[in-house]
Amino acid sequence: MNSSVIALLIILAIIGIGSFIGFRAGSRQAMNLEQWAVGGRGFGLVLVWLLMAGEAYTTFSFLGASGWAYSRGGPALYILAYISLAYVVSFFILPPLWEVGRARGLQTQSDFFEKRYDSKLLAGLVAVIGVVFIVPYLQLQLKGMGIIVEVASFGEINRTAAMAIAGALVAGFVFTSGIHAVARVSILKDLLLLGAAVVIGIAVPYHWFGGIGQMFKALASAHPAHLTMPGATRNMGHAWYLSTVLLTGLGAYMWPHLIGSCFTAKSADTLRRNAIVMPLYTLTLPFIFFAGFAAVLIVPGLRDGDLSLLTVVQKTFPPWFLGIVGGAGALTAMVPSAILILTAATLFAKNFYRPLIAPSMTDDHVARLARWTSVALMAVALFFTLTSGKTIVALLLIGYAGVSQFFPGIVLGLFWNRASRAGVFSGLVVGIVAVALLILSGRDPFVGLNAGFAALILNFAVTVVVSLASRSPARGINSPWMPAAERR
Amino acid sequence: MVRKPTWPALLLGLIPFVGVCFTVALWDRIDPFVLGLPFNFFWLVLWILLTPLCLWGAYHFEKRADPEHSGGPQSGAR
Repeated sequence: MNSSVIALLIILAIIGIGSFIGFRAGSRQAMNLEQWAVGGRGFGLVLVWLLMAGEAYTTFSFLGASGWAYSRGGPALYILAYISLAYVVSFFILPPLWEVGRARGLQTQSDFFEKRYDSKLLAGLVAVIGVVFIVPYLQLQLKGMGIIVEVASFGEINRTAAMAIAGALVAGFVFTSGIHAVARVSILKDLLLLGAAVVIGIAVPYHWFGGIGQMFKALASAHPAHLTMPGATRNMGHAWYLSTVLLTGLGAYMWPHLIGSCFTAKSADTLRRNAIVMPLYTLTLPFIFFAGFAAVLIVPGLRDGDLSLLTVVQKTFPPWFLGIVGGAGALTAMVPSAILILTAATLFAKNFYRPLIAPSMTDDHVARLARWTSVALMAVALFFTLTSGKTIVALLLIGYAGVSQFFPGIVLGLFWNRASRAGVFSGLVVGIVAVALLILSGRDPFVGLNAGFAALILNFAVTVVVSLASRSPARGINSPWMPAAERR
Repeated sequence: MVRKPTWPALLLGLIPFVGVCFTVALWDRIDPFVLGLPFNFFWLVLWILLTPLCLWGAYHFEKRADPEHSGGPQSGAR
């Protein structure tokens, strides 16, 4: 049997097992919207951990992190820094959010905006912005998926076919099992990814340089500037690092799908304890970086940095191992894609379509619309992926710049009584417009800062000033914006 | 209903931000190598280990302030 066939069979076997688990996961539950979207709010510490880890460690950490270590050098370190900070932020905002979620039966991020600010229009706007910025995130998963399967199968399956097959499988198991599928498939994916990352990160430097220390020494003497900021870039210095780490650290839990998974937890305490242990999962990332840095010396001159990890693995390991990496990588793209389309579809059906277009829809109808929307969204993302050429980290940073604009509305909404509907509405609009103008006109970084961060500062200022100027709807924390009679 | 975080917990939560973010100019260099890693790389890996410690400390302050909602898994039962 030749090497490409072995690798291919292993990839297909892993994808097959993962999809089987996904399709089976929801077979015991009746799938109403509450089960489909938030798992009946009964996930304990382990399932929430798996779900959040499954969402946080995507093909971005696999190909994107190594890709940036390869092509940018020092600035890639922002990825090691922001993930821990995101958990610090989650420690403080998720438990109170969960309390509100349980009291008011919230399922989505938009639900929070609707109840806190008493505005269906604001909730609809939040839903639309959420769906729009989920698309680049979904695109980066599909792009990663295509690269992984193409390289790992030695070109036997081309990128387009890989993306189409994976997209169809993901849409299928999300359609049938919802969030249950995502949590269950995460288990397999995390085990494979953890194992593969550690083996690659240790074996590659040893094989080529005799050790991790020797690899870094060799890199430091060949390319002395590569390992610090701004590395191989001109405009990603310390100001960029600082603003990007703050933006992505604060914005990480503003992703609609992460807020959604917060509501699957059994208690607020589950979320707090989860935040304490989650940073440790980041310990696999340095291994991915080792491979990316080693690739600078082993395979210089790659046109697409996102290919660096797989190219090095292909040169270092036997084909069966490449198959395992390919399979793990494919699941690493499929699990987050699943949660992304699930969340975007729920947002669209529940927070945009029903309240603003068809108020008389029944719950069953909304659930059915959400399931079909998830299939449609996958098709849209596939189309965009086939027609755009951005790198994985660039796609992610666009998404972060957008979703972090929810930060003032959520944090001030939780902790500041005066935050008003008009304030949050205008802040959000100003923030999103600023992001769009800066990124579309090529002004990112903006005066050395991450453009999304500049927009976030503006957004905060507008939210606070307009809130102080407008009359608050008296829905703050200590005012009873959740009257007992309305609690479920 | 929504209780604000306690000050000691917030201060503990601020420590990782200082460690990996605001001090970047002080540690972004290659030398000295520690455990085979360039200094900036080593520094960030160190904070992946220190952050859970800070949050663990913060957890105790939060729990003391809110025994009802932090008491354990049974508190969230429906």
